[in-house]
Amino acid sequence: MSASIKARLKLARDDFTLDVDLKLPGRGISALFGHSGSGKTSCLRCLAGLERAASAYIEINGEVWEDSSRGRFIPPHQRPVGYVFQEASLFPHLSVQGNLEFGWRRIAPQARKISQEQACQLLGISHLLARKPATLSGGEAQRVGIARALLSSPRLLLMDEPLAALDSARKREILPYLERLHNELDIPLIYVSHAQDEVARLADHLVLLEQGKALASGPIGETLARLDLPLAQGEDAGVVLEGVVVGHDPHYGLFDLRLPGADGQLLRIAHPALQVGSTLRLKVQARDVSLALAAQGASSILNRLPVRVRECHPAENPAHVLISLDASGTALLARITRYSADQLDVRPGQLLCAQIKSVALLG
Amino acid sequence: MPLDASDLGAIWLTIKLASLTTAILLVLGTPIAWWLARTRSWLRGPIGAVVALPLVLPPTVIGFYLLLALGPHGWIGQATQALGLGSVVFSFSGLVIGSVVYSMPFVVQPLQNAFGAIGQRPLEVAATLRASPWDTFVNVVLPLARPGFITASILGFAHTVGEFGVVLMIGGNIPDKTRVVSVQIFDHVEAMEYSQAHWLAGAMLVFSFLVLLMLYAGRRGKPGWS
Amino acid sequence: MRIRLSHMAASALASLICLNSAWADEVQVAVAANFTAPIQAIAKDFEKDTGHKLVAAYGATGQFYAQIKNGAPFEVFLAADDSTPAKLEQEKEIVAGSRFTYAIGTLALWSAKPGYVDAKGNVLKKNEYKHLSIANPKAAPYGLAATQVLDKLKLTEATKAKIVEGQNITQAFQFVSTGNAELGFVALSQIYKDGKVSEGSAWIVPAELHDPIRQDAVILNKGKDNPAAKALVDYLKGPKAAAVIKSYGYEL
Repeated sequence: MSASIKARLKLARDDFTLDVDLKLPGRGISALFGHSGSGKTSCLRCLAGLERAASAYIEINGEVWEDSSRGRFIPPHQRPVGYVFQEASLFPHLSVQGNLEFGWRRIAPQARKISQEQACQLLGISHLLARKPATLSGGEAQRVGIARALLSSPRLLLMDEPLAALDSARKREILPYLERLHNELDIPLIYVSHAQDEVARLADHLVLLEQGKALASGPIGETLARLDLPLAQGEDAGVVLEGVVVGHDPHYGLFDLRLPGADGQLLRIAHPALQVGSTLRLKVQARDVSLALAAQGASSILNRLPVRVRECHPAENPAHVLISLDASGTALLARITRYSADQLDVRPGQLLCAQIKSVALLG
Repeated sequence: MPLDASDLGAIWLTIKLASLTTAILLVLGTPIAWWLARTRSWLRGPIGAVVALPLVLPPTVIGFYLLLALGPHGWIGQATQALGLGSVVFSFSGLVIGSVVYSMPFVVQPLQNAFGAIGQRPLEVAATLRASPWDTFVNVVLPLARPGFITASILGFAHTVGEFGVVLMIGGNIPDKTRVVSVQIFDHVEAMEYSQAHWLAGAMLVFSFLVLLMLYAGRRGKPGWS
Repeated sequence: MRIRLSHMAASALASLICLNSAWADEVQVAVAANFTAPIQAIAKDFEKDTGHKLVAAYGATGQFYAQIKNGAPFEVFLAADDSTPAKLEQEKEIVAGSRFTYAIGTLALWSAKPGYVDAKGNVLKKNEYKHLSIANPKAAPYGLAATQVLDKLKLTEATKAKIVEGQNITQAFQFVSTGNAELGFVALSQIYKDGKVSEGSAWIVPAELHDPIRQDAVILNKGKDNPAAKALVDYLKGPKAAAVIKSYGYEL
């Protein structure tokens, strides 16, 4: 990873101290993940210049936006960021069109990277242009907010829990648009969230924040599989995998997915229709992975992969242990009972068979 | 109509005074209200209190101090004389100054409330959309605060029309210069010309009622921040 | 317990009666603004000599008229003119026959600056001032007298643009005392103390230049049965009050 986004921030409030040194990739989606009060939003606001940290160094793709040691602070309106707030925060006195044009008009024509038509198409809002914000649904308003941010041709997109204020139906409505942004635009996006499902679905890079400190920062697959982080202790602990669809069994309605790694293994999943050759993102929950000494005979479990034990870790619940596994270069997590672990005599380096009871397709 | 030329002169003068005062107050009051709505300085309390003083002070107190301050021995009077403007007591300009002081809170407070209601968010949104602070003020704050500006204008105008004590103290009751409607009514009453007093007073009553009606009717269905 | 209660009731009743008798000794007086200083001096002696209490309100005569017509609780009225009391008499608002002239006002041309006004009032003709303050001639007798003086001196046109009006004689005085008007026609009583002009400079306007400013007093209907009202009127007619009134520059 080439760290193209560097942010060293120190900020003290009455009841809260932020002290992070972030190095994020210059492309793709980086998620700042943590509970409320962990400092996610403060990081984002500092990046945008909406908040001024006591000590700060911010460098975006080689450009220094802020360096408190040299008294440099580029004011927010001169930073090429696009900011999407938790509430759409559209200007109520302007139509959707007016809102979209607000940032667009303030960019020199030769510096515009995206046209209004493109943005409207990307977010599916072309039919809303004449409407007033008060008449939009929450999901529509948020899509307009995202398009408005894009139209200011940012070199960095910042999103502060853009889905948190929406119900789950609206969330499902917007997530595909965010994925399209991810796939079709070459703008790095920093995404703040406390919802694991959103992060698992969208993020390439994950920063785990707790009480103003960054506990971990790394590619999402690796970070989620780390046993030393509180993430592994959660009920939803698990890993995110990306696989390429390589085969189709029309008779049983199953598709083959090749996992990344040197000699990537195959996962079979049931699905009505998938495009062979496309890349899919999956989540495998730790609680859905069981371990056996060897691939036993017949079983109703579809996916059984040979794995090597990397590490064992006690779980918060003393009846359980967490085990991280290496499936030919792909990290997996398993949560089994301590009793079973003792029965299997699980140790690092041991070869076992991982049985995956279910796989969640993300997106 | 039993209104004579001096009554009509007083009405015209009153309208002129109220319009000019309102215009000056909008220009002067906007930055003050903006500052009061946004600052975290300890001066906010004291300055807010000074601006609000005319709400609680008897107009005669304001008039009395204006008479002293604007007069030849007062500090403002000395300044205006030094600038070659002479004394402004007993002049239309003096009334304008007095009215600006007297009606200040009626303009500043609605504006301050309107600015306060806008909150921080639209300003931040505008900043992330490349709008400079001034650009933001003109294109976001002013349109969003429009109901506040309307209220401020109506109240500033109406309150100046209803001004009496201050005018009495610094006006000198000069026809077409400082004899406004409220003073004219007082004159009629003192001179026992009750019929003319009734006409003017009734007109004021109707005017004030219409102003308030406009204000309250306009309060319905204001668009909020979404 | 019952005994004690009735005892308390009796004492409460007694104190009420006491209070009531104190009320009867009080007289509510509406006083023309120009007579403020003299009545305060007179009140002191009056209260000491008679044991009655004088409660005074100061203001413009026209205003008092409107208030009296609308039920104001005044018992004695010391007006700044003679026409308003006469009007009240016609309208049967006063105790018949109680009207009398308690003072004749003297008009003075006054400036707060010493030496500004000469002994003959020529300063008016020199026309070097910017503002000439007078009381509202429609409402105040001193204001009317001032316009009569200007008429007699043929200065009405010359001064027209310079005149500023106070709503009453107190305000006319205020404009001059604060220096906002260099000159003004005021009541001599406002600037006169112990037989001389106490500050600034003044020309005491000769009485023949204007109609006499007769200030009449009446007992209003509300004061009919109040012995204190009668006592005050008698006191005003007496020599002790006369001396005070004269010392403030009024004629009698």
